[in-house]
Amino acid sequence: MTKPAGMLTWKDLEIGSVVTEPGNASQYQTGGWRSERPIFDSSKCIKCGICYIFCPEGCIGQDAEGYFQADLFYCKGCGICARECWAKAITIVPEEE
Amino acid sequence: MEKYAVFVPKLVTERENFAPGHRACIGCGEALAVRLACKALGQNVIIANATGCMEIISSPLPYTSWRVPWIHTLFENTAAVASGIESGLKILMKKGRIAQQEIKVIAMAGDGGTSDIGLQALSGALERGHNFLYICFDNEAYMNTGIQRSSATPYGASTTTSPAGKVSIGQVTWKKDMPAIAAAHDIPYVATACPSYPFDLMAKVAKGAATPGPAYIHILSVCPTGWRCAPGLTVRIGRLAVETGIFPLYEVDNGTYRLNFDFLKLRPVTDYMKLQGRFRHLSPDIVGKIQTTVIEKYHRLKAKAITTSEVVKWAG
Amino acid sequence: MAKRVGIEVSLAVAEAAKLANVDVVSAYPITPQTHIVEHLAELVANGELDAQYIPVESEHSAMSACLGASAAGARTFTATAGQGLELMHEVLYVASSMRLPVIMAVANRALSAPLSVWGDHSDVMAVRDTGWIQLFVENGQEAVDNVLCAFRIGEDPRVLLPVMIHLDGFHLSHMIEPVVFPEQSQVDKFIPPYQYPMPLHPDRPVTMGAFAPPIIYSETKKAQQVNLEAAKEVILQCWDEFGKTFHRYYSPVECYRSEDAKVLLLTMGSFSETAATAIDKLRTEGKSVGLVKLRLWRPFPFEEIRQAVKNASVLIVLDRALSFGGPGGPVCSEVRSALYGEDRKPKVIGFVGGLGGRDITPAGFEEIVNRGIEISQKGSDKEFEIYGVRE
Repeated sequence: MTKPAGMLTWKDLEIGSVVTEPGNASQYQTGGWRSERPIFDSSKCIKCGICYIFCPEGCIGQDAEGYFQADLFYCKGCGICARECWAKAITIVPEEE
Repeated sequence: MEKYAVFVPKLVTERENFAPGHRACIGCGEALAVRLACKALGQNVIIANATGCMEIISSPLPYTSWRVPWIHTLFENTAAVASGIESGLKILMKKGRIAQQEIKVIAMAGDGGTSDIGLQALSGALERGHNFLYICFDNEAYMNTGIQRSSATPYGASTTTSPAGKVSIGQVTWKKDMPAIAAAHDIPYVATACPSYPFDLMAKVAKGAATPGPAYIHILSVCPTGWRCAPGLTVRIGRLAVETGIFPLYEVDNGTYRLNFDFLKLRPVTDYMKLQGRFRHLSPDIVGKIQTTVIEKYHRLKAKAITTSEVVKWAG
Repeated sequence: MAKRVGIEVSLAVAEAAKLANVDVVSAYPITPQTHIVEHLAELVANGELDAQYIPVESEHSAMSACLGASAAGARTFTATAGQGLELMHEVLYVASSMRLPVIMAVANRALSAPLSVWGDHSDVMAVRDTGWIQLFVENGQEAVDNVLCAFRIGEDPRVLLPVMIHLDGFHLSHMIEPVVFPEQSQVDKFIPPYQYPMPLHPDRPVTMGAFAPPIIYSETKKAQQVNLEAAKEVILQCWDEFGKTFHRYYSPVECYRSEDAKVLLLTMGSFSETAATAIDKLRTEGKSVGLVKLRLWRPFPFEEIRQAVKNASVLIVLDRALSFGGPGGPVCSEVRSALYGEDRKPKVIGFVGGLGGRDITPAGFEEIVNRGIEISQKGSDKEFEIYGVRE
């Protein structure tokens, strides 16, 4: 786990403050930003993958059966997937529900 | 693109070289564009990035969203830094200090870092003929600092430094034609792309990266925050930009213009503009002026195009 | 057998970069350093130097391309002057804070307006705080020697900082001077290959230039400061090693007839050679004077300065730049500040002279020393004096 900025001393920094762990931003939970979330209905999902293509976070993937699902750790609830789904298999609901 | 190398989502590599956990706004069209571009670019690249939205949201110390080598220095020098990396790699391989291999240098910058403050460096790098791909992610304003106008801001759009007001319609100049400026340098490959047409975008990025010498790709990046539109409509609005003829998708392949998508009839510009708050203040007169100009420019472009790839229906 | 040749100093600097086997030269011409970049272009065009020459479209891009090349692991060199140094100003900070060892020769030139292509130190003083290692040279031999040392110092894994070698524009850059060039084999031994620890390469993806929110920025700057201070040790070792190999010794502060001097004159750059002549003349007149030559500008040699001046009662500092509305001579203000806490310290008198390429002859230096002595005795209502201005 990368130590957060507030816990780093000047000696902890790499030369030139270079970050040497590629993609360590994936430790950050952007899912906390949501006010709405997508619900994926696998009974309607045609497994085309267009939701996966259009997600700006890149957090939509396939489950064991091949149906597409958003990773709620990252999902910001923008709703692009619901808008673009050809099979209308995705609905957006308020986060509180 | 007559044929796509990849035409279904499941053939696209699953690897995310632009890792989730980045701090882009919800529904960010630019993040989507970068993500798709990275899919097409693969591992053997070095990216030089300008200061801007993508740099800030992807690299807050000590985190990074990048899984490929990446360097950010300043706002206006991306093409110059890319030139340096390209030359460095060339000589190091020539002198045998690093192994011979295909490593493509990619420059990424926003519209500000390209058509305004970064124009000089870009022009210099294109003229010198460095082997690199320059991608401009155009969200039509200086979005990272809070929506100030750039020379890529469209006529009539309201930004904080070209606000709509009692005596102003917003931006009073027309969008600078950056792809034309790039093409004027006689480089082997210039293209426009939009993430709403993801396979077209990925094919073009791959083609640009595979072109020996300088290549330039201009990608329209819908910005819900700055354009004042609903975040879920990002892909739809990008599509409308193309279908109205406002942002035609074309390539200039060694000087030959190719229009990638044509339409039997262009959509009215209002279909595109009514979804965005930055155009809300415009009078029908101004909208009419915009409509006429868009049609005129579209036909001028079409006249230059030798072949048209596809005539498609509106997806909407 | 090393030969002694007469050569224009600019060309000598380019030859030194060639001896160092630079990988990438990214440069923009500007008077008075143009001959450096022209000669490098010639060397590359003739195949004498195997390097990538990037004829960039501005100094800002010159330094930016150097950053890129250095980050990829290439040995980089460039040259600039005056306005060019100002144009690349923001990039200089990036080079040092990203720890990229770009080596740059600066042919010091006055700043506009009015336009002046002639030599003074105003361009240098504007880049004091950029975090680069900065050295001054007085003559052609020193220029060649210190360009070579700069590569070794800057690229040292304990340092990894960019280095500027300052030579006075025209007064030095365009002079034909006798220079002994080391043999290629000697240079190859003296300068180890450049190995940036984490270069940009797909085999090991790194992110360079992440942004720092307030919670961490101070830590990055402390790390930078510690590193620049620690570089001094490496600089001393390098000069020591250079002396042992080539029998020419350099140190941060060099003194001339100063051990027993009551009055000292402090200069930087090519002034020093002329000033030495004046010191000799004043000595024959029985005056107790000496010369202190400041060679290492950054990191500032606090200890060496204090040591050099501790027995004097008057220290006259001659600046070649003017800090308007401020302390006058920047070097003078830094020296004063370095001495402030000392129990025993000389009176520090500041002069500014030689601006915009104005020459100061040995007689001129004598006048400055004498005037400085006068001020130390009678006082002055001014913070500093500009020498040689027609009233």
